Parts: sequence; C-alpha cells; structure tokens
Amino acid sequence: MSLLEIDNVTLRFGGVVAVNQVSFSVEEGEVFALVGPNGAGKSTVFNLISRIYEPVEGDIRFDGDSLLRHPPHDIAKLGIARTFQNIELFEQATVLQNLLVGRHRHRKSNFISELLFTPSVREGERRHRAAVEKVIDFLDLQAYRDKYIAGLPYGVRKVVEMGRALAIEPRLLLLDEPASGLSVEETQDVAFWIEDIKKQMGVTVLMVEHDMHLVSAVSDRVLALADGKVLSLGTAQEVQNDPKVIEAYIGGSDEPEREVA
Amino acid sequence: MRTVFKTSYDADINYFRHGAQATWYMLLLAIALILPFLMGTFWIGEMTNMLIWAIAGMGLMILVGQTGQASLGHAAFLAIGCYANVLLQLKLGLPFLLSFPLAGVIAGLAGALIAMPMTKLHGIYLAIGTLAISILTDDLIVIAEPLTNGVVGLFAPTIDILGLQFDRYATPDRFYWMVLFVAVAVVLVYRNILRSPLGRAFAAVRDSEVSAQAMGVNVARTKALSFGISTAITGLAGALMGHFAGIFNNETFNIIISIQLLLMIVIGGLGSIHGAFFGAIVVALLPQAIAISRDLISGFVGGGTVAIPGLESAIFGAMLIGFILFEPMGIYGRWLKIRTYFELFPFYRKDMFRRQKSYLKTERMR
Repeated sequence: MSLLEIDNVTLRFGGVVAVNQVSFSVEEGEVFALVGPNGAGKSTVFNLISRIYEPVEGDIRFDGDSLLRHPPHDIAKLGIARTFQNIELFEQATVLQNLLVGRHRHRKSNFISELLFTPSVREGERRHRAAVEKVIDFLDLQAYRDKYIAGLPYGVRKVVEMGRALAIEPRLLLLDEPASGLSVEETQDVAFWIEDIKKQMGVTVLMVEHDMHLVSAVSDRVLALADGKVLSLGTAQEVQNDPKVIEAYIGGSDEPEREVA
Repeated sequence: MRTVFKTSYDADINYFRHGAQATWYMLLLAIALILPFLMGTFWIGEMTNMLIWAIAGMGLMILVGQTGQASLGHAAFLAIGCYANVLLQLKLGLPFLLSFPLAGVIAGLAGALIAMPMTKLHGIYLAIGTLAISILTDDLIVIAEPLTNGVVGLFAPTIDILGLQFDRYATPDRFYWMVLFVAVAVVLVYRNILRSPLGRAFAAVRDSEVSAQAMGVNVARTKALSFGISTAITGLAGALMGHFAGIFNNETFNIIISIQLLLMIVIGGLGSIHGAFFGAIVVALLPQAIAISRDLISGFVGGGTVAIPGLESAIFGAMLIGFILFEPMGIYGRWLKIRTYFELFPFYRKDMFRRQKSYLKTERMR
C-alpha cells in the first residue's frame, strides 16, 4: 500500500477546473516531485491534502485512511507536515517559538494544567525543546534561535519554515517550492537537506518545485501537471524529455511560427 | 548589555531570565506591598483603581495582543463578572471567596459561548460584532430588572473573608492588598500561558491561521479558549470594580468603557503584560493628572478652575493618535527602545527596531 494515494481527484472553482481527475501515489521513503507550468494545479494538490480545499470528486488516502474524513487540524496529527509557497511563519514570534508550534501535535497537557504550569507541563516543555534543538542543529539555525521572524531575511525564513515542518516529526513532508527565491548556494543546501530528510529521518517528501536542477538532483519520481491534468510520470529525465511536457512548457510544434518583426 | 549563559532549557522556561531581573521585579513587588504605608487614603484608592484596570487590561490583552482578535465588547464581561459576583452574594448568600472565582468562571463561559459564532468573523467585522454584545448587555441589565435592579443599580456588599473586612473606604489598605494579590496571580497565569503550548497556539492563530491549522492547531477551539480565558480575567476585574465603585448600574459598564479598555492596551503596548500595566497607569491616573495640571496652571495664570467637559476623552484621543503615528508599539515599545539605547550605549542605531517588510504575505487561502 502506498503512503499517500491521490485517487481520481477533481476540484472546481466555479467554472474553472483547477484539478481534473488527478491520480497518483507516493511510496513510503521516496522523494516525489510535482512540476508543471504556472496554474497547473500543483499547489492546489497540496491544499487538497492539507484539507484547505474540499475536492468535488475522488479520494485522498494517507496510509489507507481517507483524509476527507478528517478536519484540517487533524492532518498534522496524522503525520503530514507542510510548508507554504509564500512563507506562512508566525512573524511576531521567535524562531524557537515557531519551531515549538510545530510540536503542537505532540502536546499532552490540557489548558488548565498549562494555566497553572504544573510540573508535567514543564517536563513536556523540556522534551519539546530537546526535539526542536535537534531540528535547529540539523538546519544550522543556532544563530537565529531567539530572533524574531519579522527581522529575518527571506532565505532564513525559508529554512525556518522547513524546520517548523520537521518539528512535527512527520511521516510525509510537503514542500511547496522549497528553493524559490533562494540563491544557488542556498538551493544546494536545500538539496542536501532533502537527501538527509529522506535518508536519515526516513521521511517521505512530496514537493512542488520549478528548479529542474533541484528536482533532478533529489527526486526519485516526478509528476508533470498542466491545466490540472496529469501529463507525465517517471524519473526526472523521462519527464523532461516527454514531448507532452515540452509542449506544455514552450508551446506545441504544430503552432505556426511567428514572424519576428 | 547582559549576556546570559544558559546551561539548561529551564533558563528559557523560568519566569525570570536571570537573577538581576528577578531582583528588580521582587523590588517592585516589595514597593507595591508597602505602598499603603507611604501613601494617603486617596492615592491608595487611585492605585487600587489602576490595578483593577490593569487586570481588565491583561484580560483583553490575551485576546487582542496574544490571539489577535479584536474586541470592542469587553465592558460586557466586566458587567457579567460584576453582577455575577454581587448577585451570588446577595441572592444565594455565597461568601466572596466563592462568588469571586465563580464570577470569573461565569464570565469565561459566557465569553467562550459567544466566541463560538463570533470568531468566524475577522477584523473589523469581529470588532462590530463584539461592539453589539456590549450594547446588548447594557440593555439586558435594564430588562432583567427583577434581578439586576435595572437603572437604579445594586450596592456591592462589604467583602468578608474569614472574618476580615475588605472595604474600599473603611479599610483601603486591605482592599488594595487584595487587589494586588489578584493582579499578581493574573500576571503569573498570563506568564504561564505565554510559556506553554497554549500561548504558542494563540500566537500561531494571531500570525497565520492557515499555517496554525497546518501545524495541528484547532483554530476555532483556540479562539474560543482565548475568548474564555480573556473574559474570565475581565470578569474578575469587573467583580473587583463593582466592590471598588460600591454602587453600579447598567451605565457603569457602557460602550465607552469597552473602547477605553481597548485604547488603553494599544497605548500601553500590544502583546505584553507591561503594556497592560502602562496603559492602566495612563487610564487610571489621567483624570488626576489633568486635575493637578489644571490647578497648577490656574495657580500661575489665575482664575479658570472651570471644568472643561470632555477634556479627559480629548486628551486620551490625542494620545492615541500620537501613539499610532509615532509609536505603534505603545509605551512599552518606547520603554524597550530607551532601555536598549542605554544598554548598548553608544552603539544604538535608529533603525534597530524597524521591522522588515513582510514578503508576499497571502490572504487568499483564508
């Protein structure tokens, strides 16, 4: 059984079909990339998995369990973490606090014991902190631990958001354009981290990415989407050479060539 | 500037960051405790009033500063706390020791219940919705005349705790200490919220609901909890306000109080306990400051002891405009800047507290 199964999912916004009968499955332990031109429906697939959107048709199963039966805040508890294309960090909080919010899934105390800050709450805080420190070490965020997000540069925010998702200790990590807006060096760091997340932590990664260098460097399988439909599925090499994918990106060969004035 | 060498995670969990900070706050508490020996009855009353406002401010701060939900209806919960406390004493004969916490619980439950439909609203709509609650409560108090005595109002009985009398006029020191005790307890609870998962869930909802949800935070439940805790604390402040005022009716907790409470925490500085206290100092002591400065001015210029109606509101409004234009972080924000200036002297830079603009913040998935 696959870890994540997208089964014939369709989503419409009014007359626009954002995702049209898309099916694919992500196996445990692989890095699976979604590529496609703008508006292809990649982020929409993420938002369907996060339960921000409700599909019109089809089913999404995680570990055999239909996600459609769960409210949005249960998704993290099931072990699916995500980042956002446009960075959705908690800006008026420190890096440490942001990462600790990722530990919310592992919270064991109720609010009354937290109001009184009983010893068990303190014990829990120590455990969460230890878990978060591991993420900080992994992503080299030590220098930013007590800095507010509002004052951090874009590249660091991207990393913090990945760290927050890792603090959840997920089984499946959804990365929405992890390298967008990053420099070449930063993108290489991201590539190494994704390798390590897969190999050391054993986390399955599903990512949306435009940078084909990154995609071909880290992903085991690639799915190309265009206009909400599946175009091609295979290794990065296969997908890149697929005539349908080339057509979607740079236009068909049957199109009459325009005269350049 | 102080560098704190942390050797355990507890250093970030404890109330105080280092020993010197603990000493300063203990000193402040000691001064607050001996205040009745240093001041006359009138000023003790003013300090008590200030502390009650600070408690109410902390209640609202949890909602507005910590969870990012606006409320223009908190006077309603002051009223609920006040009436619940006094009615439990008068009608059921409960002692203050029981009626006081129960008043908080009742106000909290009322707040959480109202929050369930209310928190589906955002921003300005939430403000208008809560404003309606404030107006409604005013009317409800008048309608429920058999219970609340309508516009005539109720007298708050003298507080009796295990044979000790607490009365604002007869024993102002004792009343002050009791309010101080409640204020310190609320501060501790507030700090506990901030350092526990609950406080982080509040901050998560404040800064980005969509990613709070993706982190497993139940947004609706968190908002209702924040409303409940906030209104419970406000209810406690309302109960104390009733005993402080002695007599109260529907007018005591009108919309103006709601607005004043919100302006108070904005002027004090949103998102901090200090802000609630700084704001309370402004609100509680402004009338006295105006009276004193009027006496001074008339002493120099002569004549003119005429009361100017609306002067207090005008000055308050002007202060708010000033703060929003020049110091959106409030008095506490300014205090932080001044402190940093001296800590880093002479290396303070003008732009140190300037926020970077946020990158591509999206609202489309809300």
